[in-house]
Formats: sequence, structure tokens, C-alpha cells
Amino acid sequence: MREYLKVRPELAAVAALLVIGGCVATEVAQKPAQPTEQTVKIVAKRFDFTPDQITLKKGVPVDIELTTLDRLHGFNVPALGLHAQIVPGQTTHVHFTPDKTGRFVMACDIFCGEGHEGMDGTIVVQ
Amino acid sequence: MSHSIDRRQFARLAGLGGVAFASGLFTHTAGGRAWAAGREAAKEFYFVQLSDSHWGFKGDAINPEAKTTLPKAVAEVNALKQQPDFIVFTGDLTHTTDDPQERRRRMAEFRDIVKELKVKTVRFMPGEHDASLDNGAAFKEFFGETHYTFDHKGVHFIVLDNVSDPGASLGETQLGWLKADLAQLDKKTPIVVFTHRPLFDLAADWDWATRDGAQAIDMLMPFEHVTVFYGHIHQEHHDMTGHIAHHAAMSLIFPQPAPHSMPKKAPIAWDPAHPFKDLGWRVVESDTPKATVSFTEHPLKA
Repeated sequence: MREYLKVRPELAAVAALLVIGGCVATEVAQKPAQPTEQTVKIVAKRFDFTPDQITLKKGVPVDIELTTLDRLHGFNVPALGLHAQIVPGQTTHVHFTPDKTGRFVMACDIFCGEGHEGMDGTIVVQ
Repeated sequence: MSHSIDRRQFARLAGLGGVAFASGLFTHTAGGRAWAAGREAAKEFYFVQLSDSHWGFKGDAINPEAKTTLPKAVAEVNALKQQPDFIVFTGDLTHTTDDPQERRRRMAEFRDIVKELKVKTVRFMPGEHDASLDNGAAFKEFFGETHYTFDHKGVHFIVLDNVSDPGASLGETQLGWLKADLAQLDKKTPIVVFTHRPLFDLAADWDWATRDGAQAIDMLMPFEHVTVFYGHIHQEHHDMTGHIAHHAAMSLIFPQPAPHSMPKKAPIAWDPAHPFKDLGWRVVESDTPKATVSFTEHPLKA
């Protein structure tokens, strides 16, 4: 009987790993799921962005995919600390996670012609 | 963050208090007076700043007198009893066009109009409408270099180009040139900077900024007497970065709204009841021995 209660060392180690593993697995399962990165596409051309308004969620990562139909444009959102060049023939990715709500101006900041001053849009973060 | 200050606030910052239509630019300092003491006296002069004439602009709702506004300003300057030592145009001489030939035609017409100025010493610099689509090529053909310096009666003038790069940067080459120029100057030398865009972030989301302008300001900061005159925003505006004063001029084509005063910037429509409202030019008076400058706004007459 006493021998029956003896625990073989290798079995004890396996049991310990199983317990630890179970705890880890449980802990992973209990972590809140990371929000999936949202993808938003914006197409630039003289003298507008399409769409000219996008809506994002605070705390949700986003990949803004920028392309241009004609020439070099800028994508400038100083209130959110975003700036990129939109180069013809390329897709520019701007990855960020909005950390504040509000309405923010996005504007072309590379002079592109007579309508340049009106080439802007709005990023709404809810 | 808004940097806007009104004229009263600016006068207080500049140590003048309650000045209605003139504001000190170089602050009065004991050092400045000591520096001036060894200089020859009577280095007082004035110059005229004109800006943003956008020759070639068309839009009756905005300015139905687009073809007469610049000639009207020239006539008003010519009517001054005492003519200025020189005249400076702080950019956007012409309205932009995609057509290089049309751009040159507009520049030629502009040049012919300003030839009528009595004062023949006229300094030019480009705005983004003149230079950003061809990196300043046409401007240089008509008006010469886009950044340069000159000295006049004890004041060192620096013209900076923040528009030939369509991304609104001065660029490393020009910043290096500025650094070398400033290295030759005594820290008490009065400096006046002319440029088109604001060197500081007045409203970056309205494209009212210079991407690397802070580097130029940092280089100028050790100098005791620095004043910046610029255009681009089509309105009288005064601001300070440290002890450096920045003054935007009215336009000669259409006014723009105050920074961030509305969700989206757009030209202010022509008011038939008040033609030429908020358009005008500026007289800047310099007293080099006292290291002071004051200015007076001249709204265009109806």
C-alpha cells in the first residue's frame, strides 16, 4: 500500500508540466482577443480623396492603404501624427491605432495644382 | 496647438503694449542699444511688403476685380509721398497653372505690371503657385534665385524658399546654406527673414506650415533681433516663437479665414458692399540703431 502511494519521479514531472500547461492554456484563453486590424482603402487623385471621409474605432488597429491614380500626393493628418507620400504605382500602408476620438483633417501636403488647397477629407474616430 | 495671438497680445509679447497699428519687431534691449552705439546714426528706412497677388486667378465670386487689384496696389504704393527704399513681394506672384507656357505668360504680365512701381529695387520670392509644379524653373527665368541674402543699412535680410519643394520643405541644402550665412553674423545683427509659408506650424492640417521650418527657427534663435515676414495665409497675422516675431501679410487677391476658425479653409467670398475688403499691403519701418522695426497695414481703398 505504501508502495502504491509512491510517485515515480518521471510521472511527477509529466504531471507538473500538464498542470502548468493547463494553467498557461487557461491564461491564454482568458486574455481578451486582440482586435483585428481594420483595412481602409483611400484612393487619391487631383484634387480629392475617395472616400473623403473614413470612420475608425478608437483602440482598433487600422491599415490605411493609399494609392494614387495620377501623380505624387501627400497624406497628412498632423492631429494624429500621420504623414505619408502616395507614390504612383505603389500602395502605401499607414498602420496605426487611433488613441483618441474626434474628427481630424486629412490633407494632401504635396502641392499638386490649382485645386490642391481643397484636397482634403476627414477621419472620424469613434 | 494654436499659436494664434491677436494684435494686443502680440504687442504685449513684444513689450509694446496697446499699439494700434504698429508693433515693435526687434525688441528694445540694452545689448541692442550698446551694439547700435558704435554704428553710424540715422539708419532709418522703410520698405513695402506686397504678397499673394495670384496674377491669372479667375473667379468672380471671389474677386471680380482680379485684373485690377494688383495694378491698384501698385498705384497706391506709387502714391506714397515718401517712397520706400525697396519693395518685397513675398510669393504667389502668379496663380498656378498646369501649362508651362501659360505660367510664363502670367509671370511676364506680372513683371510688366510691377515695372510701373516708382521704386526700382524690388525683391521677389516664389510662392507654391509660382514654383511648386516646376521646382521654381519658370520663376528663376523671370525673377532670379529663390533664396538669397542682402544687406541694407545695417539690417541683414534673408530670403528663404519653402515652396520650390512641393512638399513645403526648405531642404538640407538650403538649411546648410542658411547655417553658413548665419555663422558670419554677430548675434546682435538685426535680421529680417522673408519667406512665403509660415516657418512654424501655424495650421499644418491647412498646409500652413514648413515641414522643416523649425530647423531654420532653431538656427535663428541665438540672434537677438529676428523678425519674419511672410505671406501664404492671405491675412494679417502675428505670432511669436520665443523672441522671434512672425508677421503674415494680407493678400492682393482674396482673404482666407483665420486659422482653424472653420472646419475647412476656403477663400472668403467678395463682398460687393465692401469691395477689396481685407486685401492690402504693408509698410515696414526699420530703425537700425535702435534695432527696432514697426509696421503699418494699408488696406486697399474701395
